[in-house]
Amino acid sequence: MESGLRTYVAKRVGFAALMLVGVSMILFTIMRLAPGGPEAVLIGGEFSQEAAAQIRQRLGLDRPIALQYLGWAAAAVRGDLGRSFKTGDPVGALILDRLGPTLQLTAGALVLALAVAIPLGVLAAVRRGTIWDTLGSAVALFGVSFPSFWLGIMLILMFSEVFHLLPPSGLSEYGHETDVLARLRHAILPTLTLGLIQMASFMRFTRSSLLEVLRQDYVRTARAKGLGGGTVVWRHALRNALIPVVTVVGLSLPTLVGGAVLTETVFAWPGIGRLAVGAVFERDYPVIMGVNLMVSTVVITANLLTDLAYCAIDPRISYR
Amino acid sequence: MTGETRTERPSALRHFARNRRGLLGGVVVAVMIVAGTFAPVLAPHSYSTQSLLNRLKPPSAAHWLGTDGFGRDVLSRVIWGSRVSLEIGLLATALSLVVGTAVGSVAGYFGGAVDTAIMRAADVFLSVPALFLILIVVALFGASLTNTALVIALVTWAPVGRVVRSECLSLSNRDFVHAAAALGAGHARILARHLLVNALPIVIVQASLLLGQTILIESGLSYLGLGAQPPLPSWGNMVVEGRQFLASAWWIATFPGLAIFVTVLGFNLFGDGLRDASDPTLRGRSS
Repeated sequence: MESGLRTYVAKRVGFAALMLVGVSMILFTIMRLAPGGPEAVLIGGEFSQEAAAQIRQRLGLDRPIALQYLGWAAAAVRGDLGRSFKTGDPVGALILDRLGPTLQLTAGALVLALAVAIPLGVLAAVRRGTIWDTLGSAVALFGVSFPSFWLGIMLILMFSEVFHLLPPSGLSEYGHETDVLARLRHAILPTLTLGLIQMASFMRFTRSSLLEVLRQDYVRTARAKGLGGGTVVWRHALRNALIPVVTVVGLSLPTLVGGAVLTETVFAWPGIGRLAVGAVFERDYPVIMGVNLMVSTVVITANLLTDLAYCAIDPRISYR
Repeated sequence: MTGETRTERPSALRHFARNRRGLLGGVVVAVMIVAGTFAPVLAPHSYSTQSLLNRLKPPSAAHWLGTDGFGRDVLSRVIWGSRVSLEIGLLATALSLVVGTAVGSVAGYFGGAVDTAIMRAADVFLSVPALFLILIVVALFGASLTNTALVIALVTWAPVGRVVRSECLSLSNRDFVHAAAALGAGHARILARHLLVNALPIVIVQASLLLGQTILIESGLSYLGLGAQPPLPSWGNMVVEGRQFLASAWWIATFPGLAIFVTVLGFNLFGDGLRDASDPTLRGRSS
C-alpha cells in the first residue's frame, strides 16, 4: 500500500509538470502564430520593413519558434522570465509587484464566499423545502447568472455614487498607502463582487453533499443512539460532506482568477489581472507568458494538492 | 427499450409544464429570441441615430430606458444588442456541443487508453483560466464573431465532454448495447443510434446551461473591449459606455447589464427545469 501511494503521488506530480509544459507550449505557439507582432505597438504609427525587422531581431523573434520556446523554457526553469518588451523591466519583478493586491482580493473573496456558502448550504440541506432552501437556491442561481463586471458597477453605483459610503476604485488613498483602514474600505466592494460570484457553486455543493451524507447509515445510527440534531449535523455529517466541497474549491480557482481579471478592471485594482490585460493589448509576449506560467502553476498545483488531500482524507479511494 | 423512452417523453414534457421556474425561464428565453429576431420591428428608435439635444435623458415616455451619451435610445440598443449576444451564444454553444459530444461519447464508449488520453486533454483545458485564454487568443487574432465563438467553444467543450462521457460510459454497459453489438452492429452505428440518442436529453440540458454561460463570457469580453465589434451595439459595450456616466446617468450601464442578467438567468432556469424533467430521480422534488 505504502509503495502504491508513492507511485501514485509520483505519477500525479509528473503529470502536473507535463501539463504545465503543455499549457505553456500551446500558449507560446498561439502567440507566435498570431498575425502582427509587438513591433507595431512598440514603434507606433507608420514604420518601414527594415525597422520592424530590426526590432524583431533585437527581441529574438526572428529565430525559429521551437528555438524561441526552448530558450524561454530554459530561462524560466532557472527562474528568469525575461524582460518586458515595453518597459524593459524584469517580468518576475513586475509580477511580484502585482501579486500582493491579487492575493488579497482572491483570498478575501474565497473566505467571504465560504463563510456565507457553507452555513447557508447546511441550512438549505437541513431545513429542506423551507425559506432557507429557497434562499439558498436563489443565491446559487443568481451567482451563476450575474455578469461580475456589472455587479461591480452596480455596487459602485449604490455605495459610491448614491450613498457615498465607499471608494469606487483603487487600492488605497493617494499618499495614504499605509493607512490600513483606507485599504480595507477600498477592498470591500471588489471583494464583495468576486466573492458573491464564487459563492454559488460552493453553496450548491455543500447542500447536495450534505443531503447525500445525511442519508447514510452512520448518520441514522448517530440519531438512533440519541444524539441531538445539531451534534449529528455538525460533528458527524458536515465533516464528511465537506470533502467534495474541498475539491470544488480547488476546481474553482480558474474561475476565481478569470473573475479577478474582470473585477480588477472594474475597480482599477492594481493586480495581476490588469497586468495581463495590458500586456495582451500591447503584445508584451514575455509578460503574457510570465503571468500565464504563474497562474497555471498555482491552478495545477492546487488541483494536485486537492487530489492528494482527497486520498489522504478518504481511505476508500485507491491509488491508481 | 425504444418503447420505454417513448412512454417516458410525454410525461417528461408534462412534468416540465408543471415546473414553474423552468417555464419562467422558457418564457424569458422565448422573449429574448423574439427580441433578437424582430429587432427592426420592435425597436422604437434607431440604434445608431445620434442627437446632441437628447443626450443623457433619463427614462421617460419618449425614451423608456433613457438615452445615452450620444443621445441614442437605450431601449432600442438593448433590443438590438440581444442579436449579438444570441448569435455568438448560439454559435459558440453549437461548436462546443459538437466537439464535447463527439469526444465525450468516443471516450465513454471505447474506454481504456482512448478514454484516458481524451480526459487528460480535457483536464488541461479545465485547468487554464478560461477567460484568460480567451482574452489572449481574441486580443492576438482579433475579435470577430467567428473568432470569439470559436475560442469560447475551445474553453467550454471540456465540461460537456465530461458529462457526455459519463453518460455514455454507463449506457455502454447496458444490455441493449450488448444486444446491438451481438447482432453485428458496428461501433459507429452503436454510437450514433444507441448511445447518442439516449444521451440526447443530457446534451439538450447542457446546451441550455451553456448558452447562458457563453453569453456571460461574451459580455465579459465586450467589457474588456475585446468583444466582436459589428456595427450593432452589444450589451457588454453598452455597460462600458455607461460606466463613465455612472454618476449622472445611471440608466445607461444599468439596463444592458440587467438584460444580460435576465437572459442568462432565463437560460439557467430553463436548463434546470429541463434537467429536472428529464431525470426521473429528481421528479417530485419541490421546486
